[in-house]
Amino acid sequence: MPNVIFVNSKGSRKSVTIETGTSVMAGAVENGVDGIVGECGGNAICGTCHVYVNPDQLSLLEPIADDEGATLEIVAAERRSNSRLSCQIAMKPELDGLIVETPEYQI
Amino acid sequence: MTRASTVVIAGAGQAGFQAAASLRERGFEGRVVLVGDEPTLPYQHPPLSKTYLMGKMERAALRFRPEAFFVDHDIEYRAGSRIEKIDRSAKQVGLQGGEVIGYDHLILALGARNRPLPVPGFELDGVVQLRTVDDADALRGCLDKGGRIVVIGAGFIGLEFASVAAERGADVTVIEAADRPMARVLSKEMSEYFRAAHEANGIRFVFGATAAKLTGGGPRVEAVEAGDGQRFPADLVLVGIGVIPNTEIAAQAGLATGNGIIVNEHLTTDDPSISAIGDCALHPNPYAASGMIRLESVQGAVDQARCVADCLTGHPAPYQSLPWFWSEQGALKLQIAGLTQPHDQIVVRKAAQGEKEGMSVFCFRSGRLIGVESVNRPLDHVLARKLLAAGGETPTPEQVASPEFELKSWIKA
Ligand SMILES: Cc1cc2nc3c(=O)[nH]c(=O)nc-3n(C[C@H](O)[C@H](O)[C@H](O)COP(=O)(O)OP(=O)(O)OC[C@H]3O[C@@H](n4cnc5c(N)ncnc54)[C@H](O)[C@@H]3O)c2cc1C
Ligand code: FES
Repeated sequence: MPNVIFVNSKGSRKSVTIETGTSVMAGAVENGVDGIVGECGGNAICGTCHVYVNPDQLSLLEPIADDEGATLEIVAAERRSNSRLSCQIAMKPELDGLIVETPEYQI
Repeated sequence: MTRASTVVIAGAGQAGFQAAASLRERGFEGRVVLVGDEPTLPYQHPPLSKTYLMGKMERAALRFRPEAFFVDHDIEYRAGSRIEKIDRSAKQVGLQGGEVIGYDHLILALGARNRPLPVPGFELDGVVQLRTVDDADALRGCLDKGGRIVVIGAGFIGLEFASVAAERGADVTVIEAADRPMARVLSKEMSEYFRAAHEANGIRFVFGATAAKLTGGGPRVEAVEAGDGQRFPADLVLVGIGVIPNTEIAAQAGLATGNGIIVNEHLTTDDPSISAIGDCALHPNPYAASGMIRLESVQGAVDQARCVADCLTGHPAPYQSLPWFWSEQGALKLQIAGLTQPHDQIVVRKAAQGEKEGMSVFCFRSGRLIGVESVNRPLDHVLARKLLAAGGETPTPEQVASPEFELKSWIKA
């Protein structure tokens, strides 16, 4: 199963195995990654699952859909060019080794 | 609250779970006891009438956090335990079975239960309601059989259920006492949009009709009879006519209750050692025209839990979060920013040619923007949330009506 590496704002890393089809948010929550909240349960409406994706891997992801793009406008931490909502990233084998940074705060 | 103190949380749903998690997040060092009467780990409700009902989500994915979270955060989770009594003078709660737990602070997060339909035949087999994961599991089984389904009540849950049922091939009729769907919470224009969309998907509506009787030859329901004599054959009847807040144990303990447990702006009851949050809390809300309101939303549950956790960790601030809400009905995603009722003026903005179909209804009261209802226009929704939460000046109806108007540039200006 593919792995995702979460790096928190202080630089500490945690590697988590996430089943194909499961979202990166759900995988994070299930494995106790503190920097991901996931308040709306993955509906792309709360913005508390915000991550910064390793720029080199951004092109592996599906493009940003309308609702994700909208909610990225109201995330608590700064929105950057590599900002994504982790609930909208569905795990797939090609994403093995994906590195995402969690922002300092989500609320 | 000091290191030695104990916070007991009564009810382990969205609000109760969040209160426990937020207390730890904010560094609370005392004991946290989360008591819930359901046997499962705390779980979310919204998917129960959406993806979970569709069979597209597994049961384990409903829970907020795995068991390890409760251990790691030193949250004593007592599953399957019902609190029967609050003894305010001894500062104890009494559980079913006789056990008592002492508290320094008690958070009531008791939620609400479905309102029963007070007509003959409500107890027949095949008459169901939807609140818990067990309800959803039972319904998932029924939906496999298709057949004729009558939904009583065109509120959020009734319509979310109806959408899933129609998508899975059932023949669906929705009976509603009002003259339009979601009349209590939506503008006429947005109601109309949803009515048309549901009808296009084969859902039949009967407005201005109340169910007078549910009938069946044997133990199972066969039809719904309306007050005016109309008869609707049914293999399954879903009753979605709203909820009743769980206030009983609070009222028995002498706390003030009405349509909810009454709290002040810090979400504290008239006993300073007891707070109430989530679906059970009737609270002052700066966005409510009536002053006091009871919300039934994830947003309300979560933000109120955080507010109480702040109070208990030395950062008291009044509860002032902007209400927002979403519902998913088939392909339609409804999003509401603010409380749009009652309004006296609206401006409807539709997708321009070439844009994806959608609509936003900007609702005004006395010239001030109070909320925005959106369908398939997520940017309007989030920007409205930003604007309304900031509490400053809002655009006028005339400005919003102008073809050049854009929320984004208005906010930046
Ligand atoms: C099917 C469904 C779909 C929904 N969809 C949406 C949506 O799309 N968007 C949205 O914003 N909101 C939605 N909601 C509403 C949202 O889920 C609720 O507002 C939220 O769950 C409220 O949280 P709560 O903790 O106050 O109540 P609950 O989550 O109901 O939790 C209360 C808990 O307390 C327990 N309890 C009660 N009395 C006792 C007692 N005496 N002792 C111990 N435990 C007790 C109950 O069994 C329950 O587990 C939906 C609700 C349902 C049912
Ligand atoms: S979990 Fe709410 S936006 Fe991703």
